[in-house]
Amino acid sequence: MQMPRPSQAILARKDEIVARLCRILPPEAVISDPAETRAYECDALTAYRCPPLAAVLPSTTEQVAAVLKLCHAEGVPVVPRGSGTSLAGGALPTADSIILGVAKLNRVLETDYDNRVIRVQSGRTNLSVTGAVEADDFFYAPDPSSQLACAIAGNIAMNSGGAHCLKYGVTTNNLLGVTLVTMAGEIVQLGGAHLDAPGYDLLGVLCGSEGQLGVVTEATLRILRKPEGARPVLMGFDSNEVAGACVSDIIKAGVLPVAIEFMDRPCIRACEAFAHAGYPDVEALLIVEVEGSEAEIDAQLARIKTIADRHSPTEWRESRSAEESAAIWLGRKSAFGAMGQINDYMCLDGTIPVSQLPHVLGRIGALSKEYGLEVANVFHAGDGNMHPLILFDANAPGQLETCEALGAEILKLCVEVGGCLTGEHGVGVEKRDLMLTQYTAADIEAQLRVKDVFDPNWLLNPAKVFPLSTTESRRAA
Amino acid sequence: MISPTTESDLAEAVAAAAAAGTPLAIRGGGTRAGLGHAVTGEVLETGGLSGIRLHEPGALTLVAAAGTPLEQIEAALAAENQRLPFEPMDHRALYGTNGAPTIGGVVAANVSGPRRIQAGACRDSLIGVRFVDGRGTVLKNGGRVMKNVTGYDLVKLLAGSHGTLGVLTEVAFKLLPAPESSATLCLHGLTDNAAVAAMSAALGSPFDVTGAAHLPGPADGPITLLRIEGFAESVAYRAGQLRELLRKYADEITERDDAAPWTAVRDGQTLGDAVGDVWRVSVRPTDGPEVRRRAGLDHPVYYDWGGGLVWLLMPKGTDLRAALEGLPGHATLVRGDEGTKARLRVFHPEPAPLARIAAGLRAQFDPQGVLNPGRMGG
Repeated sequence: MQMPRPSQAILARKDEIVARLCRILPPEAVISDPAETRAYECDALTAYRCPPLAAVLPSTTEQVAAVLKLCHAEGVPVVPRGSGTSLAGGALPTADSIILGVAKLNRVLETDYDNRVIRVQSGRTNLSVTGAVEADDFFYAPDPSSQLACAIAGNIAMNSGGAHCLKYGVTTNNLLGVTLVTMAGEIVQLGGAHLDAPGYDLLGVLCGSEGQLGVVTEATLRILRKPEGARPVLMGFDSNEVAGACVSDIIKAGVLPVAIEFMDRPCIRACEAFAHAGYPDVEALLIVEVEGSEAEIDAQLARIKTIADRHSPTEWRESRSAEESAAIWLGRKSAFGAMGQINDYMCLDGTIPVSQLPHVLGRIGALSKEYGLEVANVFHAGDGNMHPLILFDANAPGQLETCEALGAEILKLCVEVGGCLTGEHGVGVEKRDLMLTQYTAADIEAQLRVKDVFDPNWLLNPAKVFPLSTTESRRAA
Repeated sequence: MISPTTESDLAEAVAAAAAAGTPLAIRGGGTRAGLGHAVTGEVLETGGLSGIRLHEPGALTLVAAAGTPLEQIEAALAAENQRLPFEPMDHRALYGTNGAPTIGGVVAANVSGPRRIQAGACRDSLIGVRFVDGRGTVLKNGGRVMKNVTGYDLVKLLAGSHGTLGVLTEVAFKLLPAPESSATLCLHGLTDNAAVAAMSAALGSPFDVTGAAHLPGPADGPITLLRIEGFAESVAYRAGQLRELLRKYADEITERDDAAPWTAVRDGQTLGDAVGDVWRVSVRPTDGPEVRRRAGLDHPVYYDWGGGLVWLLMPKGTDLRAALEGLPGHATLVRGDEGTKARLRVFHPEPAPLARIAAGLRAQFDPQGVLNPGRMGG
């Protein structure tokens, strides 16, 4: 993975730039000591690191605007950062860039149950949005695995998903409005508590633009009333194919569970060793969760059982209590942690058409043997969003490179069968150089032209999302 | 008139128009021609690009050529007990148009109906597009999978762009199962404020309401409609629970199971046949009654989206936006003569910075300005 060479001119002007930042921000909001900027050298994709020129932590929209105005005038690149939980390197700095962190913007501005919206500052964490309304039995639906730590700003930048988006959609489907600061330092409002926009859907294109079109400081989010109850069932199957067919049949039958999670044997074993959730030792495992009243849940699970029985599950474990529900989810939720115990791992995020599941799992198995690295699969089966985890040893020479090569092959496979490179983590730097496997040069150019409109000087998070070769002339301009 | 039958022919036609500076008036079924400003140009018809390319019931996905008649898509989905989630409005009654709406037209205008409050707008179900930009280049964005964050979401940008950024050639959707059963609770005799309060209570309940409308005007008194859909036993349960919850808002609550009231609400038909301008105002639901108050209480009106979408029939030429000044939201002049549309603008004017971004995008995607010029105003 390459990053552009930092501008020597900017590096040479560090003191001056920092001094000017200190004039527009409180002193504690500007971090320039190399010992301290190291805290911002990477996000959750820790394989790549580079301390920024400086980091700033503004606490108002106006301060964000002042920082961007200054950087715009001085031609200094800016890398926006939520909580730094990106798995794709979305918040990875370059040495000549300013990290603009929104962590101090963490307040709830308005809660409106009659209209079912909440307005928050963008640095607020995902889980604490729900936290602000759950005493009144409401919740914010998108639930990325990192929800305890990740910020709404990052959720918007990456259009984050989660385990429950089969029913509730992803961030873009739950985002009604934002306060946006452009790279030129202009503060604009997109959307609000009302629905839809009068002109082009700029909010739609902003969401998922990975911090390249503007910096979001406030967001109006849809909140929903909690369902009366929810209950998972765990099913075991003796092949991936059969489990995949069962998923498809459940969906075809008109039942729409809130979540359908899939784990294969390597993943089940690792989770079991780590979390002792009591999972059966089977080839493939499904966790299906449905919501409603007790009677509605019973009725849905009865339908699901009828469908599942046609596929002869080796295990059917229906939760009968909150403790049993927690046990069923325990292994799934600790999957990444379990992998981290065994080994270093790389988590992929491609999406495939659900019908291709058995074929893709078979191919991943073959590729895994070919490259000599084990792959465990855990993913959101209802929407085809795969999470293959490639296990490797970062200390063994060459293994990171082998792992990256295997990862690229798996993602190309996802595209080849009609899917995409990333379902919810974003492109960042991680999948940047694979973009041309999914899109033509013309498709990419159309996206670059959108950035040209929002950020003509290519200063916002400029080295991400697109292959460097396709953006070089713009970044150099 | 140009009627290409392949995407590459369409691309060539647009490239030729761009080279010659010939404006194109893009047309699907032509049933929504009144939605936006009239376009003068050579007609480019998309009806020749037709057919369902892929329907995977087990993956809840559908891909179709943009000129495919909506009716054909709805029939194919119904055969598998599925549907488009967003309940697109049929504009034919409102405009008095004939012909067959196309799926491309639905997307170009981001057309949604009553279920928009629960299942999202057209743009929320749209997962992929192929289109030809104003240079005549074939482009794609998104795909056929429902979770996809690879690159910028131009899918959303194209939805509701009224053909001014590109000519759609293929569209992909995520679908929902069609419900086995449906019930509508009817609350009788509520004032607008009480109706919005009742609808807020229903929409804020765990009972998954998929439609919430209030009709102040019927001869036998105001009626508030709340729809529940799903498996029969679940619909019965939730209808019962909702009835309990709403008892404090209405003395009389009846129930019906037909779709007729929702078709009328969806298609702007509850305003009646009277002449006048039709406005569609999107606000925070609790601001709905204020929209009516400011517009003047004696005009035909009804509310959808729990109060957040106000349909009004106003005397010709009324500048409703002036009356709504300061209220967050936006007003669309859905029906009016071209003179009124030109004077008042069909779409709500955007603040200067957003208008600048919109103009910039248009210049990038259609530098010669040949795609539906003037359709969205500006």
